[in-house]
Amino acid sequence: MYRSHVLVCGGTGCTSSNSQAIIEALEKEIAANDLTKEVQVVRTGCFGLCALGPIMIVYPEGCFYSCVKVEDIPEIVSEHLLKGRIVTRLLYDETVEGDGVKALNETDFYKKQVRVALRNCGVINPESMDEYIANDGYQALAKCLTEYTPEQVIQIVTDSGLRGRGGGGFPTGRKWALTAPNKADQKYVVCNADEGDPGAFMDRSVLEGDPHCLIEAMAIAGYAIGATKGYVYVRAEYPIAVRRLQIAIDAAREAGLLGKDIFGTGFEFDLEIRLGAGAFVCGEETALMTSIEGNRGEPRPRPPYPAVKGLYGKPTVENNVETFANIPQIILRGADWFASMGTEKSKGTKVFALGGKIKHTGLVEIPMGTTLREIIEEIGGGIPNGKKFKAAQTGGPSGGCIPADLIDTPVDYDNLIAIGCMMGSGGLIVMDEDTCMVDMAKFFLEFTVDESCGKCTPCRVGTKRLLEKLEKITEGKGTLQDIDELEQLCYYIKENSLCGLGQTAPNPVLSTLRFFRDEYIAHVVDKKCPAGVCKSLMHYEIIADKCKGCTACARKCPVGAISGAVKEPHVIDTEKCIKCGVCMETCKFGAIVKQ
Amino acid sequence: MKSIAELQALREKARANMQVREGSHDGTRVVVGMATCGIAAGARPVLNAFADEVAKRQLKQVAVVQTGCIGMCQFEPIVEVLVPGKEKVTYGKVTPEKVARIVADHLVNGNPVVEYTVANLMK
Repeated sequence: MYRSHVLVCGGTGCTSSNSQAIIEALEKEIAANDLTKEVQVVRTGCFGLCALGPIMIVYPEGCFYSCVKVEDIPEIVSEHLLKGRIVTRLLYDETVEGDGVKALNETDFYKKQVRVALRNCGVINPESMDEYIANDGYQALAKCLTEYTPEQVIQIVTDSGLRGRGGGGFPTGRKWALTAPNKADQKYVVCNADEGDPGAFMDRSVLEGDPHCLIEAMAIAGYAIGATKGYVYVRAEYPIAVRRLQIAIDAAREAGLLGKDIFGTGFEFDLEIRLGAGAFVCGEETALMTSIEGNRGEPRPRPPYPAVKGLYGKPTVENNVETFANIPQIILRGADWFASMGTEKSKGTKVFALGGKIKHTGLVEIPMGTTLREIIEEIGGGIPNGKKFKAAQTGGPSGGCIPADLIDTPVDYDNLIAIGCMMGSGGLIVMDEDTCMVDMAKFFLEFTVDESCGKCTPCRVGTKRLLEKLEKITEGKGTLQDIDELEQLCYYIKENSLCGLGQTAPNPVLSTLRFFRDEYIAHVVDKKCPAGVCKSLMHYEIIADKCKGCTACARKCPVGAISGAVKEPHVIDTEKCIKCGVCMETCKFGAIVKQ
Repeated sequence: MKSIAELQALREKARANMQVREGSHDGTRVVVGMATCGIAAGARPVLNAFADEVAKRQLKQVAVVQTGCIGMCQFEPIVEVLVPGKEKVTYGKVTPEKVARIVADHLVNGNPVVEYTVANLMK
């Protein structure tokens, strides 16, 4: 029995900031101090506070150490683990209160969070099935198989009000109910783990932090719709997630939680992983199924819907990772419990990946209906460097932006759609006053142009034309007519594309046009970029009165565009200037301005 | 997994191992002095004995933690037992053999083991 547990985050975020080396150093140091039998080192999934990684929690004290380095390990072991003296300099500053340590869930970042889908992330060792079982793992599956009929399971999921967390927001219970009655020799459950939105990583965190949860939920779905076979389609760019999921599947199979006659009830279910090769379109459900079948990942027209003819032409339920992650808790705690959280039409909680210009970059799970202000200012810790909040982008390349004056919008499916946004998978990119909205729309269009599969013309050609128009505008060559044509083309692409990728690709443009049309106009009429981002529309200038002729800028300029005699005002040759901004950073007198 | 009973048995066993991660802030605390003096006097086996005993009896809410030197080095290993709403009890010269009785009498039944207390040792 271990007297102390040291939990080290092994999610992708903290692994990138060297948590693997920390675990190795920790194990070595613990062995050197002869503590191997007393202290257990546990590699967990993501804690959510990725900005402060690598993260470590030491129990029983519950000390939350942040930004831990390999050099800190000997001190942690000899002081804390051996002598019980907390290394206060490494504590996450929000958990320090007077002389004591404040509980983690009292901090601003965690206080408002309600963890359902992320319940076990950062709490258990994802490679240990025992730890999952200790936290009520596989109880929901046992309950379904022994107490409920498949119809009752579907009814519970329907009553809970759970909607698809992958972006569409289709009611999960209805999806199951549509698939269950269809007769076939084989049905399938598919998990969409092809998380492609730039900035979203909640599915990865669930796979990395709680893979058994997904297995349990998929088995429950299999029981509900009468499927015996499941596939998890996960992107190959998530190596840690893939490895842990495979370990979990092997362990579950070994224990008889997958396979034939589960719990002696005669129910049979098994799972396989399919790796995606990194195409964004494969996150679209029909393209994903085509890809699992071994074909090029292209969408197919609907109807027929997957509920009737899905994978290999058989009835199929496809849900997103986060959707599945809610299922076991709904079964165990009841539909009413789940429906008591959230808003009228959006029940439960939603995981958001906070990114961009925000202090606490990371993963948060909050009840639906939490306002954007609470998410950004309280949980996210606000915008760094005293900058002003300008907008938040939700839904990645399929979504839109929420401007600063709508910051009090309660975030749920319907409110976001009402303002031309969408929930999407939950990426939330925060932008400050230095972001150019036209440039942002251009960034997402570059992404969709790259990722369009090419099957249908509106998307393949249309997005390319959209991007060209945006480039023209950001280069200062646009006209007001371009803005009108841009808008028209957006609607055309939305209405005529085959799948969700094309139908939503113009959203970033439409949404920025709606809330920041003045910026577009500034680009084409005044030939100015208000945020000072679009390089073609600005130049650097030296204010002669302020310039002391110190030559610092001229020495730093990489292209030799600055000339002038010592102690005389300098000038910038705008022809040569590449607008890198080094001169402005170098000048001590504030004599260089960007216009 | 051929039956639900098997799952439940596994859950109970796994829970005991995970207990250290729960109830660290409220509830009862067993604080073992683990400064140099404590370790030299044999506090480590005492600490481990407490951890084992508490886990074995599945005493949720009891957190076994360490602390530094309390100042009465001659009585090390010193163990303080803090039960909410009750006065703090300080045990001195604790050995792993004494641990089982402290857990059984004090933590389970609420009767401090007077003869092991520092106050008794000072008499």
